[in-house]
Order: sequence, then C-alpha cells, then structure tokens
Amino acid sequence: MMSLIEANLPALQVVLPLVAAPLCALLGRGDRSWAFACLVTFVTFAVSVALFAETYAGTIISYRMGGWEIPLGIEYRVDRLNAFVLLIISGSAALVLPYARRIVAAEIPAERQPLFYTAFLLCITGLLGITITGDAFNIFVFLEISSLATYALVASGSWVNKRALTAAYNYLIMGTVGATFFVIGVGMLYMITGTLNLADLAVRIVEHGDSSTLRMGFVFILIGIGLKLAMFPLHLWLPNAYAYAPSAVTAFLAATATKAAVYVMLRFMFTVFGFDYEFQADTLRMVVLPLAVIAMFAASIVAIFQDNLKRMLAYSSIAQIGYILLGLTFLTETGLTASIVHLFNHAVTKAALFMVAGCFVLSAGTCSISKLGGIGRDMPWTTAAFVVGGLSLIGLPLTVGFISKWYLVLAALELGWWPVALMIMASSLLAIIYVWRVIEAAYLQPAPEGVVRKEAPLSMLIPTWIFIGLSIWFGINAMLTSTAAGRAASALIDSSHILWKE
Amino acid sequence: MPEYLTPALAYVAAALLVPFVPKGALRGLYLAIVPLAGILIFWGLTPGTYNAFNVMGMQIGLMRVDALSQLFGLAFSVAAILAALYAWHLRDTIQQIATLLYAGSAMGAVFAADLITLFVFWEGTAIASVFLIWARRTEGSFAAGMRYLIVQIGSGVILIAGIVLLYRETGSIAFTAMELGSPATWTILAAIGIKCAFPFLHNWMHDAYPSATVTGTVVLSIFTTKLAIYALLRGFPGTELLIYIGIAMALFPIVFALLENDLRRVLTYSLNSQLGFMVVGAGIGTPLAINGAAAHAVASIFYQGLLFMSVGAILFRTGTARATALGGLYRTMPLTMIFCLVGAASISALPLTSGFVSKSMILSAGGYEKMFPVWIALLAASIGAILHTGLRLPYLAFFGSDGGLRPKEAPGGMLAAMGLTAALCIAIGVMPAAFYALLPNDVPYEPYTFSHTIVQLQLVAFVALAFALAVKRGLLPKAERGIVLDTDWIYRRLLSAILGSIGRLIAGLWKGAGRMIASSLNWGAGIVYHLHGPRGPFARTWPTGAMVMVVAFLLGMTLVVTYI
Repeated sequence: MMSLIEANLPALQVVLPLVAAPLCALLGRGDRSWAFACLVTFVTFAVSVALFAETYAGTIISYRMGGWEIPLGIEYRVDRLNAFVLLIISGSAALVLPYARRIVAAEIPAERQPLFYTAFLLCITGLLGITITGDAFNIFVFLEISSLATYALVASGSWVNKRALTAAYNYLIMGTVGATFFVIGVGMLYMITGTLNLADLAVRIVEHGDSSTLRMGFVFILIGIGLKLAMFPLHLWLPNAYAYAPSAVTAFLAATATKAAVYVMLRFMFTVFGFDYEFQADTLRMVVLPLAVIAMFAASIVAIFQDNLKRMLAYSSIAQIGYILLGLTFLTETGLTASIVHLFNHAVTKAALFMVAGCFVLSAGTCSISKLGGIGRDMPWTTAAFVVGGLSLIGLPLTVGFISKWYLVLAALELGWWPVALMIMASSLLAIIYVWRVIEAAYLQPAPEGVVRKEAPLSMLIPTWIFIGLSIWFGINAMLTSTAAGRAASALIDSSHILWKE
Repeated sequence: MPEYLTPALAYVAAALLVPFVPKGALRGLYLAIVPLAGILIFWGLTPGTYNAFNVMGMQIGLMRVDALSQLFGLAFSVAAILAALYAWHLRDTIQQIATLLYAGSAMGAVFAADLITLFVFWEGTAIASVFLIWARRTEGSFAAGMRYLIVQIGSGVILIAGIVLLYRETGSIAFTAMELGSPATWTILAAIGIKCAFPFLHNWMHDAYPSATVTGTVVLSIFTTKLAIYALLRGFPGTELLIYIGIAMALFPIVFALLENDLRRVLTYSLNSQLGFMVVGAGIGTPLAINGAAAHAVASIFYQGLLFMSVGAILFRTGTARATALGGLYRTMPLTMIFCLVGAASISALPLTSGFVSKSMILSAGGYEKMFPVWIALLAASIGAILHTGLRLPYLAFFGSDGGLRPKEAPGGMLAAMGLTAALCIAIGVMPAAFYALLPNDVPYEPYTFSHTIVQLQLVAFVALAFALAVKRGLLPKAERGIVLDTDWIYRRLLSAILGSIGRLIAGLWKGAGRMIASSLNWGAGIVYHLHGPRGPFARTWPTGAMVMVVAFLLGMTLVVTYI
C-alpha cells in the first residue's frame, strides 16, 4: 500500500484535490465542506513535502500518466524547482483554508459555501497541475482549470461588493487572452517540433534551428504568461480582482497564482527555449527588464496613494513581481536564486498581509486605511502581524524580504549593474512609505467614534502568525530556502544553453 | 558547558531580568555574579570556534576561544565584577541594565570569530554605554552623550563599510590578521582607530568620559578602548604605522594632563597616553610586543579603573572633581588615598606593581627590535605618566593646599571594590609568572632583572625629586579653573565659526532657491500624483477594451524587438 502511494505521489498531488472537489460540493452546507477541504489540503501538502524531500538531493522524478510512453503520453516531471513551487502552493493552501472558515462565513452565504470550497479545491488542482506537469498542452489545460475556478472565486466576492463581478469579468477576458496567447505559442512550437513534452521540446527546438515560427511562438508564450503573472503593464486585471475577491481567496491567490505563472515562465525560458538564440536573451533584456524596473517604481507609487488596504497590497504585489522578473532577466545563477527565493518569501509575506487585511474586514467591516484609525489598540495581535509583515515587504534585515533583496542586489552587482542595484534599494524606500501609512493610521490616529472592534478570532490569527513566523524564521535562518532556490537555479542554468554567452 | 551559550548571551539575558530582582543587596549580588557566570561559560573550553553557523554563505562564529580572547574575556569579567561592587550603593536600574549590556557586548565582541558578529557587538557597546552618560540626567551630559553616540555609531558604520569592502575583495568575513593596503583594511583600521582614540580621533573620549555618572566613568574606562586594542592586536599586529600613531598617542596627551583641572579629565588623558603604549606594542608585532600590549591592556584596565574609582569616590563624596576645589583630603579619606596611591604607583610602573611587569615588556620589545627612538619616546611618555598621574593627581587631591573639605570616607562598596582592585594591581606585580601564563604568546620574559628595576626606580626617583622641587619652588603648573582647549577647539569653535558664516551664506541662497525648489517639488509631486494617484492612469480601473489594447500593443512591440 505504502509503496503504491509512494510510486504514484506525483499523480496523487493533482488527482487528490481534483477528485475531492466534486465530493466537496456534495457534502452540503455547514462546516462539513470546509472541514473536508481542509483535510484534503493537508494531505496535499504532505504529498508536496514528500516530493520536495525526494527531489531535494537532486533526483528528478519522471512519472508516466497512465503508463503511456514519453513523449507520446503526458509526463509529470518533478525536479527541485517545481517541488519548491509545489510546496509553496500546497503549503499556502493548507494555511489559508483553516483561516478561511470565519471570514468565508462572514462573506459568503451559507448555501453557497460548499460550491466556494469546491472552486477553491479546483483552483488548487489547477495550480498544482501547472507546476507538476511536464507537458506544454497539459499546462494550458491546468491553467484553464485554475483560471476558471479563480474567476468564480473572485466573482463570489459580489456578496459583499458588486464590483467583484466586473473585476471577475475583466479578469476573465484578460486571463482568457493570456491563455489563448499561450496556447497559440505552444501550437507554433508544435508546428516546428511535433512534440508537446517540455524536455523533448527543448531538444528538438535546437535541432530545427531558428525560424520565424519559433520567434512568434516565443513572443506569444512570453506575453501570454506575462499576462498571467501580472507583468507590468499587463497587470491591469489584478488590482480589482485582488481587492474585491473574498479575503481568503485574495490571500491564497496572492501567495500562489502569480507564483505558478512565474514558474511556467522560468520553465519555458530556461528549459524549453534555453536561450539557444540571441534574440531570446535580447528580448528579455530589452522588454522584460525595463518593464520590471518600471513596475518596481510605478506600482509602488500607486500603492502609496491607495486607500483600500487590499488594493494597496495588490499594487505592492505588482511591484514585487517586478523584483522577481528582474532577477530572471539577469540570466545569472544569483539572479535566478533571488527570483526563486523571492517566490517563497513574497508568498509568505503577502499571504500574511492579506490575511491581516481579512482580519480587519471581519472585525472592522472595512479595509479602507482612512477608517482603520487606532485599530492597533483594538486588535493588537493582528496589527502587530501587519507591522512585521510590512517590515519584510520593505526588506529589513532579519525578515525574508531582506534575503530576497540581498540576493537581488548581489546579482546586480555581480554583473556590475550599479544603477539597477541602486534602483532596487530606492524602490524599497517607497515600500516604507506605503507600509508606514497603515502603521500611522493604526497606531497614531484616533479611533473613529462609536466603533467596536474585537481582536480577530484565533482560527484566523494563528495561520496569520504562522506565515509571519515563517517570514522571520527564514529571514534569520535562510539556509533551507536559499539552498533550495540556489539548487533550482543552477539546475535551470544547466538545462539552458545560456553558458555559451558568458 | 553547553556549546550554544556565549557570555554575551548570558549578560543580555541577565540584563533583561534586572528589573525583577529587588533593589538593594540582592541586586548588588546579582550584578556581581553575572560576570562570574560569564567566566564559567568560556573558561576551560579548549581553544577553537564554537557556535559557528552559516548565514547566506557567510561563516558566522559567535565564540572563538583562544588565549587572546580568553585573556580579554577574563579581564573584562573581573573588571565587571569590581565595577558592580563599586556601584553597590547605586539604585539606578537603567545604569545597571546598561552596564550589563555594555559588558556583554564587549565580551561578545572579544569572542567574535567573524567581522559581522564583531560589528553587531561593536554597535552594542556604543548604544549600551551611552546610557551611562545620559544617566547623569543633565543637559550637558545629554549633549555629550549625543556627541559620543554619533562618533561611536559612526565608527560602527565605517566598520561595516570596511567589512562589506573586505567581503567583496576576499569573499571572507573571518576576523583575522589583515594586511594594510586595500581600501577595505584602511576603512576597518579607521573604525578601530576611532574607538581606540587615535590622535585627532580622540576627542569623543575627553568629551564623554568626564560627563558620565560616577560609576559610569569607571565602567566606560574599562571596555570601549580596550576592546579597540583587542581588535588591533587581532586584526593589525605588526602594522608599522601603528608604532608612529602609538607614540604620538602616548606623548601628546601629557601636556593636557598636566594642565587639566578636572581630575577625571586628567585621567582620560592619561588613559589615552597609556593606550598609546599598547598601540605601539601592536605595531611592533613581535610575540613579546603582542604579549606586552595585551598585558598592559589588562593591567591598565585595573590600575586605570582604580584611579577612576578613587576620583569617583571623591566626586561622590564632595560633589566635585576639580583640583582647585580639592586638596588635603587625606585627613578624612585615608583609605581612598591609599588605594589611589597604589593606582598611581602602578601607572608609574613602580616595581612590585602591575604597571611595571606589563609596561617593561613593551619597552623591552622595542629594545630587542633595536628601535631606539621608539624606546626613548616611550620612556618619555613614562615620565609623563609618573608626573601627571603618578604624582600630580594624588598630590592635588589628597595633599597640596587644603581645600577645606572634610568629606566622609567612601561608602563600603566603593572601598571594597578599590581594595580588591588595588590588591589585584599588586598581586600582578608580585607574581608576574602567573600573570604571564595567561598571555597569548609563549615567550619567556623576566621583568625583575637588575637593569629594569634600577632604570625604573631611578626614573621614578628623579621624577619625584623634580616634582618635589617644582612644588617647593612653585614651578608646578597651577591648576586653573576653566577648560583646557584640546584639538576639539577645531570642531567646537573654529569649525562652528566657519560653518556659521558658510551657513549664513547658504541661508541666503537657500531662501531664494527654497521657493524655487518648493514650487518645482510641488510641481513634480503634482505630476506623480496625477499619474499614480487614485484617479491617475496607473491606478485607474481601465475598461476591458483598453486593457486588451495594451496587451496587443505590447505583443506587437515585443515581436518587433525579436526581429531587430
């Protein structure tokens, strides 16, 4: 039995939440569906941990779906990089779901909750599938599963604010455009090579040489994934989707959705395209690099002027994605390490911050910064969590944010790109301003008259503080994360042909 | 002993518990026992690096145990115990906590095996110690504390800059001997130089130490500068430049010490001069010289501490440390007088005292290396020490013209601390072999040779004779009320005058430019707000069609780029 489970771990990772989702819908109203979804995410997380442990040393698990021969059948391929991302996704899910019960009860009508948790599980399925599969078309399929589930999740925020509907609609259009671009790009690669397996694609693209079709495919995939990961200026769907989605959904999406897309980007850029031809690296440096830098500044400045806490954090996410993309465009091992470690670090930090926003929504009924005056006294633990998370967002030493920025600055200096390093630091200063605005409101401004605000319930505080604890723990002892990220980065570099340029 | 413990940690933990210990004898005992516990942690450990771990690819080592660090650790611990005894009467929780944190940071820095740890504790000593100055709670001490803090933190900032440069250069942050030559090592030396009170970097010391509380000055005199000496011995042994710096350091404070009226300021100048000896020792860099510098640092912790304690006792009882107001105190403070004389004998390097066995090592090291000018200069500095601290200070305080003050003898705790310290000074002088066994290098040395003893005795005798004659003839420079201007005149008066006129000039320009800048800043902020504010194009919710247009545009642009 154990060995059977062990042999099929990669399949279980995806199949488990997939099968659980319809069951969840059948369980009926009440806490049953929630408890079931929780249980499923815990088991899913355990599977991810097992996969991570198995690949940490460097083994690559190749799993043949249904026993079909690779490259004809679908391959699930787990290496250090996606095991790390799987861990982020399933770990966030396992922490967000326990948190979700109270806030979902407040935001979603009881009879809709089973469907909500069903969509949640489907979303997890999709994100895990995107990450684990080694097949380009399969990525598209899971991308659609996760996206469709996400549209529904965002739209379910309409019980609180009708704007969630337009936000979900916009997200739907943009997400569909992105997915379509992606599948067009994959189609072009299929035209050249006749294969959809990622590893196989990598080999055959080299064999077939440079061509217009390849270039078109490259650009379509870049832009398609860019839309999904909210690369500036393709981020326009994100602020409203995050702001109006139910709080638990926002916390989960912020931690995972864009991260899975970043993973696909890394996988395609380094493993599939592998920088065989100069145009690929050039495109990254001429298009993605400037956009990443603009995102770091423009989105941070917008965040400074936002009044809605969730929207502010959403813009901050766009800026943080700028950092991740920046690390990618360095095309060095340190840069990639920075990007990958920031995947984790940002997931932890941003999930905690959005959870705090959720706590505010539950207790104060609002997350408008101007109405949060004096909340630090009424909700000390929640607000303290925000302060620590905010420090990590800024990148203060002893928080994970510092680790990411450290590697990023180091990578910039390695290349001798002083101006970029300075810009990284300067944009961090902007984070101080938007984090300070909240702290100022929470601690220094008087509470509005006649408002009663209770501290958030423990079921929400504990997951929040676990994320905060992680952001401190891995900020002080970054061995595990930075080693995992460093190994994943070197594996990516090895799988590409980038070395010929150095 | 458990490996994860470091003395610094024990001190910090103990400091956190201070408020919960009832004030009085129990707390006094508690404060004296903490350093003892600190000793237990590192004493008897086999040499090596403990508590080492890796942070972001840098090897951190919290606890390097070898002879040098153990020697300084032991000296700091014993001094901390004595200081706790001396402060037995004190009921000020802030000072007690600050003292423990300060001592803990100094211990942490001494045991640091890497520069990052050193930096952390380096700043720790700065921040903790400033409270000893502020604890006097006067406006002057607040300003002095602020200046002290700025300089000390500045030293730390320069240090971390040096560390970053060094890391870029060598890829290592290990705290080992460095070669002077690259920007990194120069920066690090400058940082240490500030703490060590190198000439022209020394003003903070004469500014801050006399401004601290009675007990605070004693504590301050123990740690900061000796920590810097330790850092020099560890980081820059055998750097020739240090010899010249050290000689200048040993010589130039003599004049100020001879003229100064405030006895605590006299002592800071003589401390500065003694530090010069140690810097010379570090600069010579032979095993014997390193031993000598380390030994002198340890001996000076105690005899300088003893002198500060006795002057502190006078200040505590009479409320002043100005020589013009004192004199004739031997009548009512005989014990303090005796202990002060032991300290004075030690700093004069009289045989059978600690100063003799330590200072002669540095002199001999210079002699063995045939550095005749060095030897002469140090001899001259020794004469100065005998003159200004060995003779003039006790003379002005306890003998000399009667100031008419009849204070009580110092309190019991102070007497006990001074007595023990005095005993330690003599014990080291009488039993040098036991003391030498603790020194970092294994070099046989015999201080009580015929020539050493005779030279030193002659020196002391002739200086004493000259001093007596000078007193008799009224040639002794009179202690005058007022402040002796040191080079700090440059920044206190000259610089402020220059800056003042520049300031007025700039103020004029500023007013004109200010309006322009303000309006252009407003204009710039307006543009930023226009673009990024809630209604700006970056923050607005865009219509779906426009979003798709952006996507199409970017796709087109990227396609064009790939074909360029």
